[in-house]
Amino acid sequence: MADHDLGRASAQATWIPAGRRRAGTPRGRTTSGYGRLRWSAATLAALVLGALVVPAVLGGGDLVDYDSVRLAPSPAHPFGTDSGGRDLLVQSLAGLRISLLVAAVSAVVSTVLGSLVGAVAGAVGGWTDRLLMRAVDTVNSVPHLLLGIVIVALYRGSLGAVMLSIALTHWTTVARIVRAEVLSLRERPYIDAAVAGGSTRMRILRRHLLPAVVPQAALSAVLLVPHAVWHETALSFLGLGLPPHLASIGNILGDGREAVLLGAWWIVAFPSLLLVATTLAVSGLAATWRDRVVPRRRSELAL
Amino acid sequence: MSRAITRLVLHRLGFAVPVLAVVAVGVFLLAAASPFDPVHQYYGVELFSASAADVARVRAELGLDDPVLVQFWRWLTGVLQGDLGNSRSLRQPVAQVLAERLPWTLLLAATGLALAVLIALVLGTVAAWRQGGWTDRLVTAIGHALEGVPPFVLALLAIAVFALGLGWLPVAGLTDAGSALTSGQIAEHLALPALVLGISQSPWLVLHVRQSMLASLAEDHVTGARARGLGERAVVLRHALPTALLPFVTLIGARVPELVTGAVLVEEVFSWPGVAAAVVTAATAVDYPLLAILTLTATAAVLLGSLCADIAAIALDPRVAADG
Repeated sequence: MADHDLGRASAQATWIPAGRRRAGTPRGRTTSGYGRLRWSAATLAALVLGALVVPAVLGGGDLVDYDSVRLAPSPAHPFGTDSGGRDLLVQSLAGLRISLLVAAVSAVVSTVLGSLVGAVAGAVGGWTDRLLMRAVDTVNSVPHLLLGIVIVALYRGSLGAVMLSIALTHWTTVARIVRAEVLSLRERPYIDAAVAGGSTRMRILRRHLLPAVVPQAALSAVLLVPHAVWHETALSFLGLGLPPHLASIGNILGDGREAVLLGAWWIVAFPSLLLVATTLAVSGLAATWRDRVVPRRRSELAL
Repeated sequence: MSRAITRLVLHRLGFAVPVLAVVAVGVFLLAAASPFDPVHQYYGVELFSASAADVARVRAELGLDDPVLVQFWRWLTGVLQGDLGNSRSLRQPVAQVLAERLPWTLLLAATGLALAVLIALVLGTVAAWRQGGWTDRLVTAIGHALEGVPPFVLALLAIAVFALGLGWLPVAGLTDAGSALTSGQIAEHLALPALVLGISQSPWLVLHVRQSMLASLAEDHVTGARARGLGERAVVLRHALPTALLPFVTLIGARVPELVTGAVLVEEVFSWPGVAAAVVTAATAVDYPLLAILTLTATAAVLLGSLCADIAAIALDPRVAADG
């Protein structure tokens, strides 16, 4: 007993692996949760509010004005103006609004599609399961952007095609997660009890499986949003995404390629900054949420 | 071990053939359902002055009036006999496009991947070794931030800083205008795209190496090595790192799709004359024959990447039982 009291300085001593030389250093940032959450939430709220309010209030961002082409940032134009003489702040925020809209719709569509496939594969099992999972593998073996390009190229220039191309390439992750969840749920005693109690297949699906799967699926949808924003921007940047009259971030950056060569760095810098801030804020929020919903996935799914 | 590898190769081949077939059929059906009519591309603006009889004749010659399955069968038998068709947008046989452009893409992708792996191994190991130190915090923070930066933003930034601001490296292309194809020229023009591709791929790799190094530094055999009084260098590089490398090899194989995606964007921004930039050209012009072959090539590259990674994993660690 005495030995015990001497050996432990305090009752709250942390476990220190002896294999580490600098054993006293913290293992990862353990207290980052709240700070990250607050920062992400505040940034995202500001960006979304800006994207909704600023273009509506200031307006006039669509009018081309060749007297003020590529003006450097100034108090009148905080972000400068683009190659059409439009205010870049208004343009970027309007672009952010479109990009977020496209991303949100595609994320929801692909989550619904993935959940359906995953739930059917997990619940039915057997050949259906094998066939569906092969389909997932097949879609996964085509690089997503390439498949997206093929879809968009053949149905050119519409918002729907871009959304579809993003949705059709990103449902596989959700399908895997939902399938795994359903498979593990199927073995639980309360499902057995429901079966033994005479519940129908539909009732088990509705009452017991869906409520357990929905939070995971919702989380996947949010995790998909930054990726979808990225995808839409890349397609538009390549000139294959949204039609040029819609000011998406990708279109602005695509135009900015030539502008950079003329020295107008702000046309690329500010929209990129908005884009990066948005994706980081959304993934920060999603990561905090994920750590709460599925703590064991902390390292596996690290974005 | 060699038996395990043979089995793995055969098994993956058995998977690859149906996958490639499904991708080919899928792309073909997408094209068939698309509102785009290839005869418009064949004629261009001339379509408005062409007579209906001529258009009908050309449609018949191109075989556009046949059922989709007949068209697909004609294309497939051609491909299997080595006739990949003609690219309408680049006005070359598709086989020639591949032969001219694939080597440049391979050069860019290999250099980029090698850079990313180098960055990942060095920074990941240092960060894990000095966990919680300033290097670690810096590397982790930059890694997480870089994950949110698309490659084309990085590319534009690199052009603005290194090509236009500092004037160290050329803006784009394979050589300076009018100069011969020398290795010095190519190296100079390769540097910036390869660097951008490498850095855009590195955050996932760095964070992964750091994570698995942390795990392996806490393992018993590392404790044992320290207990025997081995130097820090030997402990980290000879005992901890090899254990951490195995999952890393698999990860590299699984990153081929992202590498292809990155190559498409980087080649487009830097006007690099590779196949990935041809994807964009083909897509802009709805050049179906080229697009289909490039999609199949990329799919084959992905499958090959994961196969190579798994073979390497078996070769490195005999305990690994790859999927049977």
